[in-house]
Amino acid sequence: MFTQRTLGQVRKGGNEWERELERSVEQKPERMERFSTVSDVEVKRIYTPEDVKDTDFARDIGYPGIFPFTRGCQPSMYRGREWTFRMFSGMGSAADTNKRWHLLLGQGETGLSTAFDFPTLMGYDSDCPRARGECGKCGVAIDTLTDFEILTDSIPLDGVTTSMTINPPAPVLWAMYLAVAEKNGIGWDKIGGTIQNDMLKEFIAQKTLMLPPKPSIRLISDTVEFGTKYVPRWNTISISGYHIREAGSSAVQELAFTLADGIAYVQDVLERKKLDVDSFAPRLSFFFNSHLDFFEEIAKFRAARRMWAKIMRYRFKAEDPRSWWMRFHTQTAGCSLVAQQPYNNVIRTTAEALAAVMGGTQSLHTNSLDETLALPSEFAVTIALRTQQIIADEIGVANTIDPMAGSYFVESLTNEIEERAWEYINRIDDMGGMLAAIEMGFPQREIADAAYHYQQQIEGGEKVVIGVNKYSTGEQVYPPLLQISEGLEEEQIARTMEVKRTRDNRKAIQSLNALRAACKTDKNMMPYVLEAVKAYATEQEICDVWRDVFGEYRESSVHL
Amino acid sequence: MTSGRKLRILVAKPGLDGHDRGAKILARAYRDAGFEVIYSGLHQTPEQIVHVALQEDVDLIGLSCLSGAHMYLFPRVIELLKENKAEDITVIGGGIIPVDDIPKLKKAGIKEVFLPGGSLKDMVDWAKANVEPCRYGERKE
Repeated sequence: MFTQRTLGQVRKGGNEWERELERSVEQKPERMERFSTVSDVEVKRIYTPEDVKDTDFARDIGYPGIFPFTRGCQPSMYRGREWTFRMFSGMGSAADTNKRWHLLLGQGETGLSTAFDFPTLMGYDSDCPRARGECGKCGVAIDTLTDFEILTDSIPLDGVTTSMTINPPAPVLWAMYLAVAEKNGIGWDKIGGTIQNDMLKEFIAQKTLMLPPKPSIRLISDTVEFGTKYVPRWNTISISGYHIREAGSSAVQELAFTLADGIAYVQDVLERKKLDVDSFAPRLSFFFNSHLDFFEEIAKFRAARRMWAKIMRYRFKAEDPRSWWMRFHTQTAGCSLVAQQPYNNVIRTTAEALAAVMGGTQSLHTNSLDETLALPSEFAVTIALRTQQIIADEIGVANTIDPMAGSYFVESLTNEIEERAWEYINRIDDMGGMLAAIEMGFPQREIADAAYHYQQQIEGGEKVVIGVNKYSTGEQVYPPLLQISEGLEEEQIARTMEVKRTRDNRKAIQSLNALRAACKTDKNMMPYVLEAVKAYATEQEICDVWRDVFGEYRESSVHL
Repeated sequence: MTSGRKLRILVAKPGLDGHDRGAKILARAYRDAGFEVIYSGLHQTPEQIVHVALQEDVDLIGLSCLSGAHMYLFPRVIELLKENKAEDITVIGGGIIPVDDIPKLKKAGIKEVFLPGGSLKDMVDWAKANVEPCRYGERKE
C-alpha cells in the first residue's frame, strides 16, 4: 500500500520516536507492562504503514458492496438506509409482548425481535412440570397458534420484518408466523424476517437443547429448503456468534466458531438437499456480539465479512455476489453489563453500539441498563432504543462508509483477527468439521478456558470494570424494575387448556401422526409442521413427536 | 470451620436456563480455592439437585439461575432439603435477580445472593466464613 520512500520515512521517524520514547518512559513508566484487548490480543504502542505494508487495497479493503466486502455489504450502506433498529423483546403473555412491540414501533423501532421464555425455547408447553416457575419470565410464553395470533395482533406483517430467537423448535414458531400471515391474507412472498435456527451454537454455548445434533441439522436443512422455495424474503438461519461470546469466548473464537458453523450448514444443505449453492446462500444471515473493546470489535466485523466472502467464493464456488456477502445483526454484550452502579451500563452499551455501526451491522439491538437485574422496563428500553437513534442521527458516524478503513491499527487488527480465526477453522477442518469438533468438546473447552482467563484478569485488576474493581462505592442505587405478574403461569395454562378443549382434536392428532410418519422418511417436515400448527397442536405436542422419534439430547460431559 | 475436612460444594443449574458461564467459572474458582466441587450440569429439577446433594454429602449448594425462575426454583430446593431433614446444608444463589426479590429469597432460607459483577474472591471468602461442614453421619439416622 505504500511506496519504498514512505516506508523509509516511517523507519527513520520510528527510530527518532523510539529514542524520545525511551527517555520519556525512563522518567515516567507506562501505566501497564502489557496492553491488550478485551480478548487479550496484545496491542502495540503505535501502528504505522509498516504494519499494513503487505495489505493490498483492492484485494483486502476495496469498496462496499463489492468482493471481499470488508467495508460493508451494500454499496451505499447507511447513506441509503440506516441499520434496522431491532430491539429484542418479549415478556409475560403474548398480549404483554404485543403491547411492548407497539410501544417500541411507536418510538421509531424499525424491526421486531422476539424473546421467548425458556419453556418455549426448549419445546415445552407452559403446563409441563419442567416449566414450573419459568412461564413468561425471560421472554414471551407461546404454546399454540392462538398465542401467536395475540402476539402479532395489529402488527403489519408485510410492513415490518420480524426476528425470532428460537432454535430447536424453530420450525414450529416459523410455521405459526406463516400461518398467521396466511390467515391475514398476506402472501409468503411479502413477509420478511429471520429465525435463529442455529443448533450448532446451542450445543457450544446457549444450550437450549432438544434433539441430538444429526436430526437437529436435518430440521435446519428442511427449513432452509422450504424458505428457498416458498418464503423468498425470509432468513431461515441466523448463524450466531453472540451466545458463543456471551459464554465467554474471545473475539477470535466467536468469529471462527461462527464461520465454522456456517460452513457446516452450507455443506449439509448441499449434500442433503442437492440445492445449488447460489439458490440459498444469499439468505444466510449472521448474528454477532459487540463487546467493549471498540477497535477489536470493528476489526472483527470487517474480518468476518472478508472471510465469509472468501469461504463462499473459493470453498463453495458460489458465483452470485449475493452469496458472498455477509449480512449480520448485532447485539451489544449483555455479559459486559454489571449490577453495580447500573446506570453506567448505558455508557457501555453506547460504546458497543457505536462499534457495531462502525463495523457495518445491518441491524442492531442495544441492551437496557437494567438487564443484569430483570427484563427491561419501558423507561430503560426507551433509553436503549434512543442510544442507537442518537448514533444514527446526531453524531455523524453514518455519513460516510467504513470510516475506520486505512487506520494502520484497525487494518492491522483486522488482518490479525482474520489470521487467528483461519487457524481455528483449519483445526476444526482437521477434526472433521464442526459437528465432530463439538462431539469432542473442542469449542466448549476453548470457550470455558477463555471465560475463566477473562474472569481471572478482572479478579487480578488487569482488566478494569468500573464500579466493580475500580471506583467501587458500595452504594446501591437501582432503577425501578419490570415485574412479571405472578398469576401469569396459571392464566397461560388455562388459555392453552381452552385451546385444546375447543380445537378439532381429531384433526390435531391426525396432523401429529402425519408428522411422525414424515420424520421416518426424507421428506421435508415443514408442510407437516404447518398443518399441525394450523390444527392448533401445541408446541410441545409437535416437539414431543420429534423427541420421541429422534431421542432427546442431554449434555453429557462438561469441561470445568 | 469446625472440622479439618474439605468443604463439599454442589454448583447447580436449576430449571431450563442454559446460561452456564457463571456457574462453571464459580465451580472452577471453588476448586482452585481447595473445595471439593460437584457441578450438576444443566437443566436440573430441584428434586434432582437435592438428590445429588444428599448422595454427595455436600455442605453448600450454589444455585445459578438467569432465566427469572428463581422465585420458584430456589425456595423449592430449600423445601425439599427440609423434607429430607437436610436443612443444615447451606444454600446460596446468584444470577439475574431483581433486588426486590433478595429479601424474599433470604426469608425463604437462601443464605446469600450474588449478582452479575460479583467477584469470585467474595464468593469464595463468603463460603469459607459462613459454611459449616454438615454432620452427615448424625443426620442419616
